[in-house]
Amino acid sequence: MTFFRSHILVSIDPLSQAKGAYEIIDALNDELVAQGLIDEVQVLETSRIGDPEIYGPDIMVYPEGVHYAKLAPEDIHFLVKEHFLKGRVVDKFVVKQIPKSDDELGPPKPKEVRVVLRNCGVIDPYNIEDYIAVDGYMALARSISDMTPEEVIQTVLDSGLRGRGGAGFPTGRKWQFARASQGSPKYVICNADEGDPGAFMNRRVLESDPHAVLEGMAIAAYAIGSNQGYIYCRAEYPEAVRTLKIAIEQAREFGLLGDNILGSDFSFDLEVRMGAGAFVCGEETALIASIEGSRGEPRTRPPFPAVKGLWGQPSNVNNVETYATVPQILLKGAEWFSSMGTENCKGTKTFALAGDVKNTGLIEVPMGITLREIIFEVGGGIKHDKGFKAIQTGGPMGGCLPSSNLDLPVDYESLGQAGSIMGSGGMIVMDEDTCMVDIARFFMEFTQEESCGKCVPCRVGTRRLLEILTRICEGEGKDGDIETLEMLCEQIKQDSLCGLGQGAPNPVESTLKHFRDEYEAHIYEKRCPAKVCRAMIRYEILEDMCTGCTVCARNCPVDAIHGERRQPHIIDPDTCVRCGICLQVCNFSAVTIK
Amino acid sequence: MTPDNMNVLEVVRGVVEEHGGKAEELIPILNDVNRTIGYLPKEALEEIGRLVKTPKSKVSSVATFYTMMTTKPRGRHVIQFCESAPCHVAGGREVWLAIQDQLGLEDGETSEDGKWTLITASCLGLCGVGPIMLVDEDMYGNVTPSQVPEILARYS
Repeated sequence: MTFFRSHILVSIDPLSQAKGAYEIIDALNDELVAQGLIDEVQVLETSRIGDPEIYGPDIMVYPEGVHYAKLAPEDIHFLVKEHFLKGRVVDKFVVKQIPKSDDELGPPKPKEVRVVLRNCGVIDPYNIEDYIAVDGYMALARSISDMTPEEVIQTVLDSGLRGRGGAGFPTGRKWQFARASQGSPKYVICNADEGDPGAFMNRRVLESDPHAVLEGMAIAAYAIGSNQGYIYCRAEYPEAVRTLKIAIEQAREFGLLGDNILGSDFSFDLEVRMGAGAFVCGEETALIASIEGSRGEPRTRPPFPAVKGLWGQPSNVNNVETYATVPQILLKGAEWFSSMGTENCKGTKTFALAGDVKNTGLIEVPMGITLREIIFEVGGGIKHDKGFKAIQTGGPMGGCLPSSNLDLPVDYESLGQAGSIMGSGGMIVMDEDTCMVDIARFFMEFTQEESCGKCVPCRVGTRRLLEILTRICEGEGKDGDIETLEMLCEQIKQDSLCGLGQGAPNPVESTLKHFRDEYEAHIYEKRCPAKVCRAMIRYEILEDMCTGCTVCARNCPVDAIHGERRQPHIIDPDTCVRCGICLQVCNFSAVTIK
Repeated sequence: MTPDNMNVLEVVRGVVEEHGGKAEELIPILNDVNRTIGYLPKEALEEIGRLVKTPKSKVSSVATFYTMMTTKPRGRHVIQFCESAPCHVAGGREVWLAIQDQLGLEDGETSEDGKWTLITASCLGLCGVGPIMLVDEDMYGNVTPSQVPEILARYS
């Protein structure tokens, strides 16, 4: 590997490309050649540095960490001469304050600890040397040459790492089972079917640090005695698939995948499989069925995949984050990892914060942090300074937790006891304007649609739940609905085949538990306290606020608003479809919801 | 391209060959054919089954299981609206209703003139800029109900 004294990272996201990023790269290389610096300074591509809208095309120079923005090819001659030949920073192109690196993943916020996300936005995902430069593949090399498979498994066991896909099964134990299983070949499978709405941690890792996942998988393969791996990635992530394929190709070229890795007798290769849009394929047995080319339907466990998995062979399934964590554990030791987190939950966890919170995006925090710290310190509080109402954790199979749960430590057990789940790490924050019955209905719509249809409790049960919730939201709830919902939830939970059905009632159960008054208001008073459910609200124009500007009338899709110019307007409630456009376009806050 | 001016069987044979004609490649094969033709016509499913030696019933059951495959022809423009919770909470519900009102279509329907197909998409992982709508390959973020007519008017 050649060493360079400086590296220039050039953003090549689509917008920077449109603004001429490649012309900048060409100009840089030409100038470096012309000024005799090409052996000392290396130009690399990176995903994005600053907001390309403001800064593009921009570059980052290391080791100084100087960010130059809004460059044109004709600036490059001067820039290269000043910065790299004379060693003077060119102030006029420097972005003064440290910019927010991107919308999804800014600089670490208070209380964040980046383990899995440490390389995201820092290294070039399309260049394996960048990964190697930050100790990449060192853990694999060390495992193969200095450790027995049993020692690798013991280290992972000692670290306390638990499955980051959501269920939290100890990773080392899973590997032990797969290793002990009789049968050959064995398979290592990466679950990259990150289907939970609002969760995009895995996408970001795959797109920004794919080699960490490949390395983790190779270590797992060495530990359990496998030679073939599959990464099952959802089709909604085309960019992640592309990045993975490039990474696999490069790892093969470097002898880090393929036959006799690093000259040892350990061989391992990988293939990417793409999903085709089915949420249930995130369930491990359904995922295996899908790799085999069938409908992605789960089957009963046991036998677990560790005994009978892909093509009936012993298989180890972990998710993206779990694999990406493994190399760090082997590199820094089990003790380092287990020093973070709580008694039963070690290490860090990535979350995608979404909804009505100020800082949306990805975060990585130590296990055991409280929900309050996540929302108000890492997340910066509720948008528009509204009140907090609930946080939904763990995706569509998770529950909604109210403000009384804000001091709950985030770990598998605490969230489970409170009626929610850790899940893969989606967190949706909801403010006071959210109707919890509507939210429950919304999640049920999702699970009902995504139920694969194999077992009756899930297929029929979720449909019944949805029907009742829809009725309540339409103002036709009746006495006894709450009790029926509770009974259905109980039965679906108990009798469903896989995690999808068993978790499906969580949003309903948790909202019934914590926000029962809202259900009662809908059913008995025909009133939606958050003013969301269309059947129970009415749009009105406040006479003294309306200036008669006619904007609302012109934008109304059903011509329900009448009135003379410069005279107060009136909404005809019978024609109004309650789309809310008038409220949105009114510049005088004259439209209200009753 | 529509199936009328494209030889469905030729497309199928090309794709199957690319994937080595293996039965375990059924999903990638169906995906590719779906992408090339726009949907999976009956004759395509039959030919795939014959070539990879898989019963018609299984090919059909797989083709109808995954949401990214469709056995019905679609409109000239396909609108995909993200129906996921973060978009929903960020005002997606109003946008979704506005699109439906404007086009007179419900989820999964194609307009009579063959111009629009309206479907929901599962989370695209772009939750930072929700609500998200995709018209063909064009992504629109932070969509509001009042922008809907203007966005739709860009397509002929």
